[in-house]
Order: sequence, then C-alpha cells, then structure tokens
Amino acid sequence: MHSPESVLSQADSLEQPRQLPGDLAMWCFILAELLAFLLLLGSMAFARGHWGEMFSTGIATLHPEAGLINTVFLLTGSYFAARAVHRAQAGDHRALVRGFILAAACGLLYVGVKVSEYGMLFADGYNLRSSTFYFFYFFTTFFHMAHVLIGMLILLVVAWRCRQGQYANQEKVRMASESAASYWHMVDLVWLVLFPLLYVLP
Amino acid sequence: MKYASQAVAKPYFAFAMLLFVGQILFGLILGTQYIIGDFLFPEIPFNVARMVHTNLLIVWLLFAFMGATYYLIPEETQTELWSPKLGYALFWIFAIAGVLTILGYLLVPYARLAELTGNDYFPTMGREFLEQPTITKVGIALVVVGFIFNILMTVLKGRKTVVNMVLITGLIGLAVFWLFAFYNPVSLVMDKYFWWWVVHLWVEGVWELILGAILAFILIKTTGVDREVVEKWLYLIIAMALISGILGTGHHYFFIGAPEYWLWIGSIFSAIEPLPFFMMMLFAFSMLRQRRREHPNKAAVTWAVGCTIMAFLGAGVWGFLHTLAPVNYYTHGTQLTAAHGHLAFFGAYAMIAMAIISYAWPKLHGRECSSPQAQRVEIWSCWVMSISMLAITLLLTWAGWIQIDLQRLPGDAGALGYMQTQDAIMHVYWMRLIAGIGFTVGLGMYLYSFVVARSTREQAPALAVAQ
Repeated sequence: MHSPESVLSQADSLEQPRQLPGDLAMWCFILAELLAFLLLLGSMAFARGHWGEMFSTGIATLHPEAGLINTVFLLTGSYFAARAVHRAQAGDHRALVRGFILAAACGLLYVGVKVSEYGMLFADGYNLRSSTFYFFYFFTTFFHMAHVLIGMLILLVVAWRCRQGQYANQEKVRMASESAASYWHMVDLVWLVLFPLLYVLP
Repeated sequence: MKYASQAVAKPYFAFAMLLFVGQILFGLILGTQYIIGDFLFPEIPFNVARMVHTNLLIVWLLFAFMGATYYLIPEETQTELWSPKLGYALFWIFAIAGVLTILGYLLVPYARLAELTGNDYFPTMGREFLEQPTITKVGIALVVVGFIFNILMTVLKGRKTVVNMVLITGLIGLAVFWLFAFYNPVSLVMDKYFWWWVVHLWVEGVWELILGAILAFILIKTTGVDREVVEKWLYLIIAMALISGILGTGHHYFFIGAPEYWLWIGSIFSAIEPLPFFMMMLFAFSMLRQRRREHPNKAAVTWAVGCTIMAFLGAGVWGFLHTLAPVNYYTHGTQLTAAHGHLAFFGAYAMIAMAIISYAWPKLHGRECSSPQAQRVEIWSCWVMSISMLAITLLLTWAGWIQIDLQRLPGDAGALGYMQTQDAIMHVYWMRLIAGIGFTVGLGMYLYSFVVARSTREQAPALAVAQ
C-alpha cells in the first residue's frame, strides 16, 4: 500500500502543468502554415479524384528514390534538432548550436536533392504548365522547399544568437530553441504527408 | 507631442482630409451618373469622375500614410526627424503635383492631357488607377524615395522597434512595386499581369504592413500593453498577410490569359487571405481586454477597433466571396467587385487613417485628446460612415447578384444584355445613392468634430509632460 505522502507526491507530479513547447505565437504560425498546406492537399485530393489517370501517369515519371533520400535527410535533421533542444535544457548551449547547424545542413542536402530532381524533370520536358498533376507536384513541393529554407533560417538564427549569448537566461534559450525546433518538425511533418501522396500512392 | 518634428504630419493629415472630401463628392456624382447617365455631361463624364474618385482615394491614403509615418517615427525611434524641411518640401511638391494632375483630368480631355505631358515619349497612361501622366508618376516616385530616405535616416540614428521596421518595410515595398507603373508592355496580358503588381501587391501586400504597423502603434499607446506582446501579434499578422497576399495575386489572373495553374494558386491562397484580417481583429480585442490604462481618447480607439472589424468584413469576407475561380467565373467585374472594393478600402485604409489622425491631431495641438463633446461627435460620425458604407456594400452586393443572375448565369440566348441589366438594377442604385448621401453626412460630422474640438479646446485634457 502506498503511504499518503507518496500518493500526494505522485499527484503533484501528475498535476504539473503541461507546458507548450516554445512560444504560443509560433504555434499560431505553425497552425496557419498547416492550414495553407491543408488547403493545397485538399485541392490536390479534389484534382486527383477528377483526373486519376493523369495523376497515375504523372507519378510514374517522378523519382521516388530521391523522395526517399529526402525523407531520410529531413528525419535526420529533426533528430539533430530534437536532440539539440534536449541537450540545451540540460544547459549545454554548445550542443544546441551544433545540433541546429547539423539540422540546417540536413535541410541543405534536402534542397540539393530537390533541385537536382527538378532539373531531371525539366530535362524530361515537364514543368508547372505540363498538366494539373505537374502543377501540384512542382508547386506543392516548391512551396514546401521554401518552408525548408525558412526553417533552416530560423534554426541558424537561433543558433547564432545562442552562440553570441543574446539570450538573457535559460528560459529564453528554451523558448527560442523549442519554437525553432517545433517549426522544423512542422516542415518535416508536412513532407511525411507529401511524400506518400506524391511519390508512393499509385 | 513629444518631438517637435512630429508637426510635419499636420499638413499631410489636413490635405488628406481635403482630398477625402473631394473623393466623396465625386463618389456622389458617380452614384448619380449610374442613375442619370448624362448627369454633368459633357463637363464631367463618367470615366473622368471615376478616375478622379479612385485617384483621389489613393493619393489621400498616401498622404495619410506619410503623415502617420512622420508622426509615429520620431516617437518610435525616440529622436527628431532627420530633416523636417525635406518633409515639408515633399509635402508641397506632392500636393501641387496632385492638384495639377486632378485639374488636368477635369479641364483637359484625357487624350490631350496625354499629348501635353509627353506620354508618347514614355507611354504609361490610359490604365485603370494608373491614369496619371508619366511626369506625375515620376514625381510620385521621387517624392516617395525622398520620404523613405528621410525616414530611413531617422530610423538609423534612433531606436529600432518592430513597429518602425514593419512600417519601413511596407513603405519600401510601396516604392518598389510602384516601379511597375512604368512598365507598360504591348501585350495586354503582360500589361494586366504586371499592372496587378502595383494594384494588388500594394493593397493586399505591402499596405497591410503599413496598416499593421499603424494599428500596433495606436494599440500600444492607448492600451499600454507590453510592446513584446504587440510585436508578436504584428509579426504573425504580417507573416500571414504576406504568405496569403503575395500568392493571392493569382485571383486576378484567372481569366486574363495567364497560365491555367493560377486558377488553383489564386483560389487556394485567397482562401487564406481573410486570416490575417481575422487575426487583426482578435489582436485589437485582445489588446483592449488586456489594457493597462483607460486612455482618454475613446474616438481613436473606436476608429482602430472599427477598422479591424470593417477590414475583416470588407477585405476578408467580401474578398473571399468571389476569389474562388469557379465563383469568379460568374462574378468577374460585376458590382460585387465594387462592393468589396468600397468596404475593403474604407475598412482597412480609410479607417486606419482616421484612427491615427484621431489619435495624433489633438496631440499635435497640445492636447491629450479632444474634448468629450468633440469625441462624441466623432464617434457618431464613425458609426454613421460605417453603417452607410455597410449599406453601400450590401446594396452593391445586391446589384452584383442581379447582374450575375440576369447576365451571367443564363446561357448565351437567355442572358440579358449589359444595359438592360443596368435598368433592372436601377432601384438598387437609387438606394445606393441615398446610402452615399448618408456617408457624406457622416464625413461632414467627422469634419465638424474638429470644429467642436477647437471651440471646446479648454475642456480637453492638456498633453502629459513628455518623459
């Protein structure tokens, strides 16, 4: 049987308020971004319902291996970002800087692969105007890539400011790093939906 | 006022109000011409009245934005303006050029004006809203560059806040996109394509930054809420405004010969465009709820909060009514567009201009705010103008619906011709004219509130000593 004290302390730990990682404003921004992607994906689903065959033949011309490599890059980036935030909470600010730079580097690799993939498709004669499928492919992935670049920028700014000692205290470091990592995970999450929809689903 | 150079704002605000009156008078002429086609013809034909009505709107808003900037930048940067003399000089150059241009529209046939101003050498005239002679366009560019230079120099030597950074970004954007007014390709498709870079990217892009910055400034001052909180809201709002607004340009590219994919881009991103306006409304109400002081200037707060509501309705809701491509296929160029245009411009831009004037004008005259009597008249004028504008909007929406129903929805054989449809709308145009007169009464009350403020000056609280 538990002693009343242990029950009480258990209750205390349970009642600890669950804290939102990062800034509420960042979460509003993330939700707004997700809304934009949701509309894009919803429209894509609508188009796919209407022109199923066009989508199937279009998907067959893409390079799923490039998509898979990019999935690995983004997930690795997210690992570095999450680990960096974890280490920063233990007070290791150098690990935060290092982790965010590595995450941004993964983003850069992603962009490299994506651009070369675009190059191959352009060389095959496909572009934004080829068909409704190619519009959705090029536009949605480009819009997502723009978000990867914004995410990289946010990570690097936080890393740079942390390195310069511009955050007044540990709480500020926590807030900034969690906000940046949350945004980065959003970018990652969107890709995890885009990848199967665009490359895998026949 | 805290800084002597804030006084540069005075002539800008006064002239803006004068042009506003002109705009509304021409609005009344236009409203009448919809009913009596040859009213004031040949002296003021419909196309000229429309040109004057829209050009005056744009120019008075520019004067108001410039006045607002001259007022808030010294306070935000905590330093005097870099050159008040430049500010005054640019005012006179802009005012004289503006008046000459309007007189040119009214006194000389447009083709002759084009000839007189050397349009043949560098043709930029003859396009809706960009009707100004090329030399006026060059003048506007020079005035804006001089103005931004003055503001940049002030910001560089003073405190950098998010409000002045957002404002200056908006102003630089305004200058950059104005450059597309000089691009006049032969292809009509290309012409319209880049014409929207001025028109849309101004009002649904960079002007929203200016609006956000002015609104944030007024709310910081009147509610006393922490700057940090206001700044976060401002960041969010402008980020959403730009994400939705820039690609939202697509809703103008549906049926003008631009690639088909704009049907998707325009529809999707326009659907997000109401969001920043909704956030602006939440922002204003949330700041009011968290307020740390009861500011005596109730009129300024009424304008500011009213601005967010009317902007959400006019720009957000009435915009979204017809930005989905399948809807726009039927509504394109009907009175529904006019309904949206009226409420959006009034709600988002005219009201923020009156909010900052309401806040700044008493301070520029050594008072914290106007007397309670003057504020009462002003708040009433806000209600009368807002309700009249809502009535104009609803009536124009009704007119638009009649057009869609009679002229657009039926097949070719069953569709009514343009002029026959206009006849069917006539009773709505009459009601719209009455609402327009109501708006003019509201504007008269607004101007009268300045008279009351002057005569009851002693009853207004004196300006708090600058800290």
